[in-house]
Amino acid sequence: MSFTTTTLKFECETGNYHTFCPISCVSWLYQKISDSFFLVIGTKTCGYFLQNALGVMIFAEPRYAMAELEEGDISAQLHDFDELKRLCLQIQQDRNPSVIVWIGTCTTEIIKMDLEGMAPKIEEFIGRPIIVARANGLDYAFTQGEDTVLAAMAHRCPEYIKEKTLYQTSPLVLFGSLPNTVAQQLTRELENQGIKVSGWLPEARYEELPGLGSGVFVCGVHPFLSRTATTLMRRRKCQLIGAPFPIGPDGTRAWIEKICQVFEITPKNLEQREADIWENLKDYLSLVKSKSVFFMGDNLLEISLARFLIRCGMIVYEIGIPYMDKRFQASELNLLEKTCREMKVAMPRIVEKPDNSNQIQRIRALQPDLVITGLAHSNPLEARGITTKWSVEFTFAQIHGFTNARDILELVTRPLRRNNHLKDLGWSKLVKNIENKH
Amino acid sequence: MKLAYWMYAGPAHIGTLRVASSFKNVHAIMHAPLGDDYFNVMRSMLERERDFTPVTASIVDRHVLARGSQEKVVENITRKDQQEKPDLIVLTPTCTSSILQEDLQNFVERATRNTNSDILLADVNHYRVNEFQAADRTLEQIISFYLEKTSIDFSNIYSKKTEKPSANILGIFTLGFHHQHDCREIYRILKDLGIKINLIIPEGCLVTNLKKIPEAWFNIVPYREIGLMAAQYLEKKYNMPYIATTPMGLVETASWIRQIYGTSAHVAHALKRALKPEFASANFQRMCALAEGEREQVASQRDGVRYNIISNLSKKKFEEYIDQQTRFVSQAAWFSRSIDCQNLTGKKALVFGDATHAAAMTKILVREMGINVCCAGTYCQNDADWFREQVQGFCDQVLITEDHTQVGNMISQIEPAAIFGTQMERHVGKRLDIPCGVISAPIHIQNFPLSYRPFLGYEGTNQIADLVYNSFTLGMEDHLLEIFGGHDVKTVITKNLSTDDNLIWNEPAQTELKKIPGFVRNRIKRNTEKFARSKQIKEITVEVMYAAKEALAS
Repeated sequence: MSFTTTTLKFECETGNYHTFCPISCVSWLYQKISDSFFLVIGTKTCGYFLQNALGVMIFAEPRYAMAELEEGDISAQLHDFDELKRLCLQIQQDRNPSVIVWIGTCTTEIIKMDLEGMAPKIEEFIGRPIIVARANGLDYAFTQGEDTVLAAMAHRCPEYIKEKTLYQTSPLVLFGSLPNTVAQQLTRELENQGIKVSGWLPEARYEELPGLGSGVFVCGVHPFLSRTATTLMRRRKCQLIGAPFPIGPDGTRAWIEKICQVFEITPKNLEQREADIWENLKDYLSLVKSKSVFFMGDNLLEISLARFLIRCGMIVYEIGIPYMDKRFQASELNLLEKTCREMKVAMPRIVEKPDNSNQIQRIRALQPDLVITGLAHSNPLEARGITTKWSVEFTFAQIHGFTNARDILELVTRPLRRNNHLKDLGWSKLVKNIENKH
Repeated sequence: MKLAYWMYAGPAHIGTLRVASSFKNVHAIMHAPLGDDYFNVMRSMLERERDFTPVTASIVDRHVLARGSQEKVVENITRKDQQEKPDLIVLTPTCTSSILQEDLQNFVERATRNTNSDILLADVNHYRVNEFQAADRTLEQIISFYLEKTSIDFSNIYSKKTEKPSANILGIFTLGFHHQHDCREIYRILKDLGIKINLIIPEGCLVTNLKKIPEAWFNIVPYREIGLMAAQYLEKKYNMPYIATTPMGLVETASWIRQIYGTSAHVAHALKRALKPEFASANFQRMCALAEGEREQVASQRDGVRYNIISNLSKKKFEEYIDQQTRFVSQAAWFSRSIDCQNLTGKKALVFGDATHAAAMTKILVREMGINVCCAGTYCQNDADWFREQVQGFCDQVLITEDHTQVGNMISQIEPAAIFGTQMERHVGKRLDIPCGVISAPIHIQNFPLSYRPFLGYEGTNQIADLVYNSFTLGMEDHLLEIFGGHDVKTVITKNLSTDDNLIWNEPAQTELKKIPGFVRNRIKRNTEKFARSKQIKEITVEVMYAAKEALAS
């Protein structure tokens, strides 16, 4: 590992990596948008994935379902339009949602089912808006599913009507789905700076979607929302504020600063606020200091998390990431570079479309203190004495803003704390030494 | 199109992957889009597997959609061949490849030229078969592939049989419901009976060993869902008998052991008859090389062994074993006579699961514990006839469905005292306040216990007895609560799956309802309301409650 690199290096591998299917976004989006219903139009494979990935949620009368395609649908013996109309009518009668979101899958792509064409007609028939998002595994990974849904939803936001406000001339809309409390926390942080958030995409209810249009500023809270950002800029004529993402106190501060800068406001107390948070994290920081991390990459949060962990004093060997939008993540990448320089650590290599099997070779060679990876690899790595943290937890935990910085470190340090408890027992390697043929 | 929230059996490729990854040193490559390798997560999490799951995907993305997989699949196969050096690579089609209709067989043929491993294309169609059927077919496919490939001449099958009676166990595999424990229990019983295990297939088996399958005297198929096709193939092709009874419960285990006796004795006699010509042909040259005296000796030794075994296979010994195990080793027989189990007599239960477990469980509950199974059901629709035949006379009605809401409605209608089902039924039970014992896949991580928990064999009967006993409200507690008016003074919670509510409970009726023990209160409330509705009564009084009780009792 060379410590002389001064800029970030980008590589691209084979794309043979493990991640969740993007249809998994229904699990958090149906909870966020409380008057919605998500209909995943796919096969048993999709249903089986959702059922297993979402576990307990299935049993709680969820507001999502599968439109399971059968052989007749594939061979076009059944009429898609009539079938979907029938199901949507049933959903409308049983659940009465304000919006039905159709999630297109690999199968609807391959058989070229014209979801976008059918939606308006069925929408008219049942008197409910139908949004179409193609969150399929042919094109996207995991969290990008939310990106496709929000990009489609951006079209449904009402037109912004200019009004006089006390705070600022232009409205600010934040995009990205966050639990309501976290959205509230971020809104308050900006309010403290005198910036009013005029709305979120998505809101807790579909009917409350914010107005969009030229003159509206938008800013993302997740690193994986590049399509939504593009749609907001190109189709809704909004102005995008390119900022690092509010993950970790450093990211949150940079995010607020960037927004303040756009609205020509000098941030108050921000430095102190950040310092207080770091002070509060002291006990965790001593645990992570100088420990090394390897991100295998599966949810696109990797750059922001790596940047935060480097600021915490960790060494990042590799940042695997499914897809790297250098434009949308530009500010975040800059902050990462700056952080590396300030913390005097080597620039990590950024590996787009990683190859899990190559990565495992590198992990064996580097022996990092922590590997952040999907569930498919966690247990096998643990059995080989390599400490892991399950990456999907970062997607479901509250990690945004100043308030939740502690939660990120709670997750990151959990395996390290576990190691401290078990370290003297002498059984960290739990496989027989048979496989040196790799 | 079908509106679905939950499914009992997974998609076809899961079955193939379960079989492939259960074999040792076999790698599966799925032809699938990103994210379809969810199987790896299940295996790594549910089974707490320590090794990397030998499954990778040859990713289908936009480019593949536009131009076809071209070299991609072949490259992925050859790469895996070099990296992992597996004995076999199973190319696994998914729902996506079913529609793309790429010539996967062609990829297999091309890859075979450059690899040391054998390559097979799993013969499964996503839209025609489910997880279990695919698993069954894949197992048969792999076995027949290796047997047909082998150069061993099986024309005289008896010359290859093991000296002592032996069996193959077909259908123990990964992510199966308590398979590991069941396998250990079967092994224990067979050992007690003096029967060797030749091969366990597919769990932990090397494909290179599959050529030894015909050496066993017979095959054991513990579960109906997987292994039956392979057993039938082996019977047809190699004249191997198989035992497809599931040794679950005392009666079935005894019948299973008797079948083992019958089959072993049958094979032993066939061996005896075949012994002489075998010496003339297969071992002729070896025998010729020996001196005259030695030859006789070896021959008689061999015969001796065979004859010994035949005389060892005494029916009396088997029967003694069954009796000993049933009455003294297993506690289940004694349990069913004990006072506790008396309190279970006539209690209502509903059973739902895969065909194997639901049928066996129904029979155990009715025949061995005196419980009243109101409804027995399975989601194995392809095996519906067998299931009906099995539970005939053991239950009031049979439910064959893949629709979990239908099962839920049935439960809320019957209101059994306990449910024995899958994880789905457990959740229905939670909502209705009815206890549930999980007896079948689909299952969660808590159904992969670390401790020894077989469902089969004699230890299995103990486990099942515990499960049943703990599922019903404990016998004496039941009575005491009724006598002393219950210890639970929480307010009435209405939990309804099927009823709408516009009935009024007056004050005294509410007070009376509160006196009823917590665990039956909801049931009584629902029954009373059902009665009131049927009589068009709007206000429920204490009198109505009693009337409802009397109406139900009659």
